[in-house]
Amino acid sequence: MSRAAEETNRLMLRARDAMDRAYAQPLDVPALARIAHVSEAHFSRTFRATFGETPHRYLQRRRVERAMFLLRESGRSVTEICFEVGFGSPGTFSRTFHDIVGRSPRTYRKEAAATVVPTCFTMAWTRPST
Amino acid sequence: MFNAITHSQIFVLDQDEALDFYVGKLGLEVAADVDMGFMRWLAVSVPGHPERQILLERPGAPAMSEETAEQVRELVTKGATGGWLIFTTEDCRKTYETLLGLGVEFTEEPTERPYGIDCGLRDPFGNRIRFTQLKD
Repeated sequence: MSRAAEETNRLMLRARDAMDRAYAQPLDVPALARIAHVSEAHFSRTFRATFGETPHRYLQRRRVERAMFLLRESGRSVTEICFEVGFGSPGTFSRTFHDIVGRSPRTYRKEAAATVVPTCFTMAWTRPST
Repeated sequence: MFNAITHSQIFVLDQDEALDFYVGKLGLEVAADVDMGFMRWLAVSVPGHPERQILLERPGAPAMSEETAEQVRELVTKGATGGWLIFTTEDCRKTYETLLGLGVEFTEEPTERPYGIDCGLRDPFGNRIRFTQLKD
């Protein structure tokens, strides 16, 4: 592990932090590569080598986690939540949510219970892992 | 049984850089900075509260093998070690603006929570820090 690799880790972490912070914005590979100060060609591959999944998948799971949070702890409609977490259409949202969580947003809402731990922990620990 | 927590520890990759960040930017004070020969005991605390110190420890030999130290450094820079510090503040938004002006890298803007307003940042190495303005 060279110092250069540590610097690469930090740059990838900076891009991942941007997804955690600004998940609702249209963060595409060019935008994330700029944050990480690397070329677009290298970004996805390096991110995957660092964290074990593509930046697109990470962002989807972050958005779904935030949607799960809002379904559990707010009264907003599924459609409102879809746009609030950064999905472009309710169809894409429902399909992605179901792929990742195994249930529809509405079913999830009925079954989920609110948690009481600080939000920073639920962001890290309830993000779906598949 | 126990009376208090006096010391906690996080790994930093460079103690001079850690000092610049934790003291120079976050405004903590040096509680101890002792060259023990085999290691530099560097601890910081919230000003006026030396009873609770954070040891800023550099991973390395002889405490661990060079290979293990490299692994720790890799985990720190991936944001994957423990490295949680949570502080309280009188005014979360004001502190956020101050630190932002000093070039601190935030992971989350001040956000309203049931327990107060808090936000998140990273130290220069990858450790996670939060501070909260608790509700009365």
